[in-house]
Amino acid sequence: MTLDIGTELLHHAVSPAEPLRVRLAAEHVRLAYDEQVVVDDLDLELTQGSFTAIVGPNGCGKSTLLRALGRLLRPTSGQVLLDGRAIARTPTREVAKVLGLLPQTPVAPEGLTVGDLVARGRHPHQSWLRQWSRDDEAVVAEALAWTDMSDLAGRPVDALSGGQRQRAWISMALAQGTDLLLLDEPTTYLDLSHQIDVLDLVARLHAERGRTVVVVLHDLNLAARYAQRLVAMKDGALVASGTPAEVLTEELLAGVFDLEARVLADPVTGTPMVVPVRRLR
Amino acid sequence: MSVDAPARPTSAPSPRLRHGRTFRAGPVSGLLHWRQVVVPVAGFAVLVLAAALSMGRGDFPIGVGDVLRTLVGLGEGPQPFIILELRAPRVVVGALVGLALGVAGALFQTFARNPLASPDTLGITMGASVGAVAAIVLSGSSSTGAILGGLGVPLAALLGALVTGVLLFALTWRAGVDGYRLVLIGIALWSAGTALTDWLLTNAEIYDAASAYVWITGSLNARTWENALPLGVAVAVLLPLALAAGRVLGVLQFGDDTARGLGVRVAGAQAAVVLLAVFLVAFAVSAAGPITFVALVVPQIAVRLTGGSRPPLLASGILGALLVVTADLITRTALPQALPVGILTAVIGAPYLLWLLVRGRRRATL
Repeated sequence: MTLDIGTELLHHAVSPAEPLRVRLAAEHVRLAYDEQVVVDDLDLELTQGSFTAIVGPNGCGKSTLLRALGRLLRPTSGQVLLDGRAIARTPTREVAKVLGLLPQTPVAPEGLTVGDLVARGRHPHQSWLRQWSRDDEAVVAEALAWTDMSDLAGRPVDALSGGQRQRAWISMALAQGTDLLLLDEPTTYLDLSHQIDVLDLVARLHAERGRTVVVVLHDLNLAARYAQRLVAMKDGALVASGTPAEVLTEELLAGVFDLEARVLADPVTGTPMVVPVRRLR
Repeated sequence: MSVDAPARPTSAPSPRLRHGRTFRAGPVSGLLHWRQVVVPVAGFAVLVLAAALSMGRGDFPIGVGDVLRTLVGLGEGPQPFIILELRAPRVVVGALVGLALGVAGALFQTFARNPLASPDTLGITMGASVGAVAAIVLSGSSSTGAILGGLGVPLAALLGALVTGVLLFALTWRAGVDGYRLVLIGIALWSAGTALTDWLLTNAEIYDAASAYVWITGSLNARTWENALPLGVAVAVLLPLALAAGRVLGVLQFGDDTARGLGVRVAGAQAAVVLLAVFLVAFAVSAAGPITFVALVVPQIAVRLTGGSRPPLLASGILGALLVVTADLITRTALPQALPVGILTAVIGAPYLLWLLVRGRRRATL
């Protein structure tokens, strides 16, 4: 299925001088673990400067799709294109300078400090001789300051709270200096205020730093609030794509999530807000 | 954002980002913590002393000063012959074995993210034992045994270790090497190797069994330059490669997904690390038998001395050399009866690790 993203562009302010460029695209991808096909014949285009949330029920293949977009999983057929070039045939180090990703529950080695963690984000820009250049130091200092982690730079990552830890990882992704950022459920295991904290940070990365963001999210209300575009998946297929208002309809919630729900306007942001009634079937 | 972090005045210099001292010269730049420099340097100094002491002890005692003079070419009388021909090979083999085992242990533990991963627990040294014991026990009894016997014990041990290492790698490989799977398969190989060695020993002539046993505990007795040379060449080639792999190793620690995201070719890097470690162990074990506990304990000791988030490669190597040379010195001088060095490394190493684990604030590290 091919998605027409032309209409949704009208809803978002994009500087007219810059033509909208497709940065990352999936073309007829089929994704499988061993023999089990999880996603089949899926097409998706992500344009420069967009903020996209992939939503769907558990096991619908949204994380799998994100892994494929981040070249962690190779499609069994079809391909993923980064700036028009097959990502599988681009040297992984080149990709790492353009595309950063944050896995679902990343683990830091014990004893590693926040400063060292964020400095690892410079890996694609370093070499055996050039391990800690002035540029590296400046970028890492800036990334720490920008995520409000400077004071914690000397702390071991394992001594941080869940919310701080996620900030540290986002800081590392920022230090990597990539235009594109893929995040797999960055709010997992966080309480609501830290979920907001993390998503605010991601939204700032998008708005202030011009990052193109793709995020897999479970929480539909938060997805609708932060993303410009929602992509809904079910059983490994793309079912809907568009603005939150276009996608989050009562029919879609029934069809995709088996959920009877009312969709109201969020009193704070005006974005659609899902109020569940009961599970269907 | 954090309540308990001290506030910094805005005029203060930028807060320290990382521990350690930055060095930059032209295109070269890096970051070193003083402990990462002091530990290997001090370790090396003590190693030289221990080696000199060890070379001085024997039926014809020579002082440390004379030993050092002889080593730089100023020896007199019978000293050069005694030191360079009779005693140095044993000490050099011991140091090289310790170095190789320490580095290999650090590679395995970092890679597998598991402090229990060592060539001992992964069955590689056991593979060497199977090779060596087969060569000793079977040489007179069968045609395949005769071939093994003809190879000589060191070569048979090298072969045994390499075959086991490659088997371990091949069985673990699934588009990459998972650390957990590596440990499980290693333990299975270790069990198989143990069973095979026991079977060979129960069927052996009593004299063969006795000499096989000495080999199995690891011994530096009667080492010559012939033992040192292949090991020396292997270390000269493999150590720089291992040190070069250190940078990637620091990223592999984060797990496959993050490492790939940071631009590391994970499968290739994993293969390189595992094979480097396997080769280091194979040459070490072939020269002196499976000297246990060095590869397991030394990286854990080294990381506690240097700090940081993973066992340091060079410091692990130097401390490994120090442990083996010291253990050998003690077995030859302080004990009433000379024991194979492998017994003492276990006797020193195990309690020291236990002590570190019991009193340490941190759990065993990667």
